[in-house]
Amino acid sequence: MAEILVFCEKDDVAFELVSKGKEFKSALGMSLAAALLGQGAGGKADEYFAYGADKVYVSEDAALTSFTAEAYAEALYQIAQKGGAEVLLLGSTKRGKELAPRVAQKLGAGCITDANGVRVEDGQLVADRYAFGGNTVATGAIKTPQKVIAVMPKTFELGTKEAKKGEVIDAALSLKAPRTRIVERRAKVGEAVNLEEAEAIVCIGRGLEKKEDLRIVEELARVLGAEVGCTKSLSTDWGWLSEDRLVGLSGKKVSPRLCVSVGISGQIQYTVGIRGARITVAINKDENAPIFALSDYGIVGNLYEVLPRLTEKLKSL
Amino acid sequence: MNIIVCMKQVPDLQQIRIKERKPVLEGVPLIFGDMDKNALEEAVRIKEKMGTGKITVLALGLAKLKDTVKEALAIGADEAVLLTDPAFAGSDSMATARALARAVQKIGGYDLILCGEGSTDNYSGQVGPRLAEILDLPQITYVRELEVADGKVKAVRNMEESFEVVEADLPAVVTVAAEINTPRLASLKQILQAARKPVQTWTPADLGLTGDEVGVKGTAVEVLSNLAPEMARKQIIFKGELDEVIGNLVDALTKEGVLGR
Repeated sequence: MAEILVFCEKDDVAFELVSKGKEFKSALGMSLAAALLGQGAGGKADEYFAYGADKVYVSEDAALTSFTAEAYAEALYQIAQKGGAEVLLLGSTKRGKELAPRVAQKLGAGCITDANGVRVEDGQLVADRYAFGGNTVATGAIKTPQKVIAVMPKTFELGTKEAKKGEVIDAALSLKAPRTRIVERRAKVGEAVNLEEAEAIVCIGRGLEKKEDLRIVEELARVLGAEVGCTKSLSTDWGWLSEDRLVGLSGKKVSPRLCVSVGISGQIQYTVGIRGARITVAINKDENAPIFALSDYGIVGNLYEVLPRLTEKLKSL
Repeated sequence: MNIIVCMKQVPDLQQIRIKERKPVLEGVPLIFGDMDKNALEEAVRIKEKMGTGKITVLALGLAKLKDTVKEALAIGADEAVLLTDPAFAGSDSMATARALARAVQKIGGYDLILCGEGSTDNYSGQVGPRLAEILDLPQITYVRELEVADGKVKAVRNMEESFEVVEADLPAVVTVAAEINTPRLASLKQILQAARKPVQTWTPADLGLTGDEVGVKGTAVEVLSNLAPEMARKQIIFKGELDEVIGNLVDALTKEGVLGR
């Protein structure tokens, strides 16, 4: 029987994929397998079965001790060939996203990364992803016999665990040592902030002219009882705010009651992060900025004029 | 040190408009992707530091690529190889990687292949890893610091939980993140000089590829639809005098029950 093979180096994301995989498995008439790779991987088998995997392939090969796309792609390739996997469901984490195209290339397979919706239509899997910088959603179907889909974390809901057993298979891989050597890992230091839990967030983007001006954003956040979030430019690129505050594709996906986007044009790299917000507000000087189409309420204006007045008004309430 | 920089021609996203849920691309200028420019800048810095080497820009796209590439040549690339044959049109990641890999092999003698970690339009991130696989090279993605010396590349990668420092022997495929550098702008003198730099245009046949292996026929993913998402947001824009506008916003947010703790 053809197989759906799930893998993500983050188990919580893999469990989401397995949970949803149960639905695909019945619709496509396939079995559901997962790959468990790296040291101590075998010990996780029962949890994968509990979420719905029929079998797991386990390898604790020394080449898999640290994640490298090269070794992990080869491992998944060998497992996919051995088990006759037709569909590989991977997590579109950073590592998953560099892994998916490499394993797809080995399989001669088409691949869709950053999928934020996957379903069975007319007996085939179709996947949605943003295109044109988030202006559109492209729905695609993979034409090759084997298909690789990397799914964004939190796209699928985690299922409930059931008492279920499955088959543990020794993947018996033949792997070479990866050619990229990991020399060191440096922890990212940032202030402790949990945007995912925040009830209100004020996000700031490139409209802010200098770091010192963050003060007016923080003042608005204070009166709203909000956390400050930001786009990639202000965190990763310029280092004005820590990456804990980064909202978007490469950062946090938030779901506050209120999200105010200030000086942010509204590229997908950001907007994908605020889709879960209940009410969205945009303040931007360019009335054509795409952010307004993604907002419930908007003010077209210079943030340096709007923010202080808005803060003052809120204080007066 | 011979560096090949793969660059993608993309529509200027700031200028795309949506009409009846469809993107309107007519009249939208074609530019190089942001992170592709970072990749080029990094190549130029490596060459400057080493004092020797050759930078080849490799790009697949429409005929207008001949204009787009002038900027890259002005900034510091020594030559360009363009895949602008109409047969390449409609290539997806797989077809693009296949054509680029053949072109890389034809260029030959390379030490380092640089790409952006994703394109500005689709950010699919596939071409770098696929190239690495086809060429059987190590891949180092999400790079924010890069050092090349003694036949080796050492890179700091920006991962979710940490910065990962990795090392590999050359040749290798490296994809760069936006934070690696700030791309320079070309001077007028450089733009004029760039006109004299060699630009070659290769067809599928030059790469030993058949018509079925390139363009739409060579794709692995069929796009069923590509439309702007339905707007679920209210899109109420307050207009008028600033105090009035702010009053309107605060009233609306109060009614929504999202103010106060």
